[in-house]
Amino acid sequence: MSTDYLLKRADFIFKNENDWEEVLTKSIHRTPNELINELISSELKGRGGAGFPTGLKWKVTAEDKSDVKYVICNADEGEPGTFKDREILSKVPFKVLTAIAICGYVIGARQGYIYLRGEYFFLQSELNKAIKEFEFYCRQINFDFSIKIFMGSGAYICGEETALFESMEGKRGEPRNKPPYPTSFGYMGKPTVINNVETLAHTYTIFKYGSKRFYDLGVQFSRGTKLFSVSGDTPKPGIYELELGMSLVDFVEEFGDDDTKAVQVGGASGFLVPRKKFAETTIGYQGRLVGISLPTGGSMMIFNSSRSMFNVLDNYLVFFAEESCGQCTPCRVGCQQLLRGIKAVKRGEKPASYLDKMLKLAETMQLTAKCGLGQSVANSFSSIVENFREEMIY
Amino acid sequence: MEKKIKITINGASFEVEKGISILEAARNAGVIIPTLCYHKDLCVAGNCRVCVVEIVGQKRLAPACATPCEEGIEVLTNTLKVRNSRKHIIELLLAEHNAECTSCYKNGNCELQKLASDFKIMTQDFIHLVPFKNYTIDMYSPSIIKDDSKCIRCQRCVRTCAELQGVNALTMAYKGEHAKITAFFEKSLNEVVCTNCGQCIIHCPTGALVEKNYIEEVWSAIADKTKYVVIQTAPAVRVGLGEELGFDAGERVTGKMVSALKRLGFDAVMDTDFTADLTIMEEGTELLTRLKRALVDKDPDVKLPMATSCSPGWIKFIEHIYPEFLSHLSSCKSPQQMFGALVKTYYAKARKIDPDKIVSVSVMPCTAKKFEANRPEMHDSGYKDVDYVLTTRELAIMIKQAGIDFMKLEDTHYDRLMGESTGAGVIFGATGGVMEAALRTAYELVTGREVPFENLNITPVRGLEGIKEASIKIEKPLKEWSFLEGVELKCAIAHGLVNAKTVMDSVKAGTSNYHFIEFMACPGGCLGGGGQPIPTNPEIRRKRAAAIYAEDAGMPLRKSHLNPEIIKIYNDFLVKPLSDKSHHLLHTKYTPRKRY
Repeated sequence: MSTDYLLKRADFIFKNENDWEEVLTKSIHRTPNELINELISSELKGRGGAGFPTGLKWKVTAEDKSDVKYVICNADEGEPGTFKDREILSKVPFKVLTAIAICGYVIGARQGYIYLRGEYFFLQSELNKAIKEFEFYCRQINFDFSIKIFMGSGAYICGEETALFESMEGKRGEPRNKPPYPTSFGYMGKPTVINNVETLAHTYTIFKYGSKRFYDLGVQFSRGTKLFSVSGDTPKPGIYELELGMSLVDFVEEFGDDDTKAVQVGGASGFLVPRKKFAETTIGYQGRLVGISLPTGGSMMIFNSSRSMFNVLDNYLVFFAEESCGQCTPCRVGCQQLLRGIKAVKRGEKPASYLDKMLKLAETMQLTAKCGLGQSVANSFSSIVENFREEMIY
Repeated sequence: MEKKIKITINGASFEVEKGISILEAARNAGVIIPTLCYHKDLCVAGNCRVCVVEIVGQKRLAPACATPCEEGIEVLTNTLKVRNSRKHIIELLLAEHNAECTSCYKNGNCELQKLASDFKIMTQDFIHLVPFKNYTIDMYSPSIIKDDSKCIRCQRCVRTCAELQGVNALTMAYKGEHAKITAFFEKSLNEVVCTNCGQCIIHCPTGALVEKNYIEEVWSAIADKTKYVVIQTAPAVRVGLGEELGFDAGERVTGKMVSALKRLGFDAVMDTDFTADLTIMEEGTELLTRLKRALVDKDPDVKLPMATSCSPGWIKFIEHIYPEFLSHLSSCKSPQQMFGALVKTYYAKARKIDPDKIVSVSVMPCTAKKFEANRPEMHDSGYKDVDYVLTTRELAIMIKQAGIDFMKLEDTHYDRLMGESTGAGVIFGATGGVMEAALRTAYELVTGREVPFENLNITPVRGLEGIKEASIKIEKPLKEWSFLEGVELKCAIAHGLVNAKTVMDSVKAGTSNYHFIEFMACPGGCLGGGGQPIPTNPEIRRKRAAAIYAEDAGMPLRKSHLNPEIIKIYNDFLVKPLSDKSHHLLHTKYTPRKRY
């Protein structure tokens, strides 16, 4: 199987093309419908990890009749092991700004925001300079659009889109009930497109080269390329743009240290894949017919045999118990239970069978938590406990 | 809601209005879905997750309270998946909850306890988290006890404080495992903007927020043979107490309540309605005096609109939020405090009792009254005017403790001297009631004729809309009030502090031209007070309001100035409204406070 999907590198996002003025001018001379159709035929899906079709998101928001709409670039990159958005914003900020403006043009918004992770304050002044230059150009071509940076304050949960709106509105960052969805009721109750930094950067590629170029990359259901933040036990940590659909075997061959025990795909909220499942696992959005497809925001953490999976899980759960917003029961109490539970089993205070009780609890969290955070805790918990049960006990 | 859509619940088809929640649709269809964070008074939070249901075709479960019905959905409320999830959630809440039910004040009236019982949570496998938490109990407020170890973070109190009251004394702080509900900088409730209204208490599903109770103190006073224990009962108590003792909401139990109080051992049982009538005399006269000084004397120091001062939650609110408007408040004490000041002066003298021996107790639908009784200025009788304030709930507890079969009691009348009242006093318990009572008396005082409304029912000021406006044109006044000829007296009524805020903001902005405004801290007025039976919700408030107006309609006297005991107290003691003695005993001053 692995031979079908060789690891293919690509270089779109970081290629310094310096043609954003042209891409912007060209795009806003096309009709919004043309641009939406371009996006839809590219089959670009959200690169933050959830994988919602980007073209559809823009289309639904464009169809709303509201006079006021917003575009928000989600740069609250907080997933452990993810560091790609930071690089995009510092290396090719104009691609992102251009994409925000094109989105504004498509949906009928005149204001864009970049919600910048609090810890990325060092990007702020350079980014503001870029925005100034960008807005200057917009005025020159009589294109009415402005972009502001909103600084986050460090809560992981504020990367969740509706918690992000709450945060921007000056409230406590807690996810909202959905529906209504941001496309009809987003920031300040107005229709809002909120896209990850990388998603926007890909739309730039699509508007520049056309959807076919993008669609031809990757595999069915998972088109195009993706940035991967590679970390852990690897001789070459860093950010790599790769085609979607690669097999984990290929990935580990390229990035592993010949002693790879497991790979955590998608950060703390993602899945742990043990060595024995590398061959059947590909990186992409769910929907493939054979084997397991794992979606990801791009975090790839590689663990070799020196690592204790108990410590890895403990580390994730400490993170979740701290970063849950605390409003919904399954996430707030569930995270504490899982964290204290694995310790209790390890210390022998609870029997090994307590792990099964916790697996059921994790399932309930997945079924009932209010937002993606609580729903995804089960991903890492269950995949680690199921694959490394003995490490949890002894 | 124009369009109807078809859904199925547990296989049965229903037509429902588009946009209503699955929870509402299910309740209308007779399917009960458990809830905790949901409350009819509040916006939907969807955070406890106990109401989750299965929607066929969806992987995840949906919170019934926060999910609108869509055309064709098939809802399942009783599958294995749903039951197991709900059970898990209840177990999780219990793991974080100090479940010492037998020593909890809310034992028997706790929504979490009820769910634990319904789902028969017999074993507690999850790790008990309470020992790991640094839970604190805030007992410094004279009205409210906040015990974080009982809190389930449903945020009903937070939403109450923000949405109903606009006070925001309680907010969510910290995140994740440290998330808790707290006041500004984790200060105690007596140090912050809290108005003591107690709405958080009647919206709390558990024992995390309860009133500070004075039951034992009152029992001790009753047992002390050297003390003469007098109790006054507020207007709204008589339409709420029954709910705690086996009656349906909206049942009037005035006579039974008096009988019960006598059996409990109070030496005299009298009525706050009496001082409500007295308030009308004082406050009505004060209003007319202000109007005269403003319209005739053009006195720039006279502040209009005049605002009522009966609701201690409202008083603390304006002291915190609009301290520059304190001169707009009527200087009248609340009926409770007028009663307290009189019982240790007028009553003691008339009955020849040493005021030092009198213990003055009140039963109120209110927790802010506990704070009010403890205000340092409330000692005008030379003693603490009101010694102990009980809520409707505390009185019900005492009646149960005493083994009184409340439903079988005969009716008894209040004791004399300060026990007679009129319909005008009774309606103080409902929003708009003070206004209506004041107009009945003031209009007649000025014109010599009754208010021009059928059966004295001033319907424009009644009802449960948040802000009501009314105006009444004065025609052909008596000679001494001739300056009011043709004046249209403009009134407004606000209940629930968030509505009070709206009205005050319009006063502040100068966009309103009211003469007189009635403010009540609690939604519905006192009948929806923070000391009333739990639950209190829109439907129950409507029933209590109907009972109040039925009580008024059934009274032989409906106007405060006709109350024979009011006439007597002015003849024997106070001389006339706003006399020196009145000023000393019945009027007060207010304290500007900070805004946090």
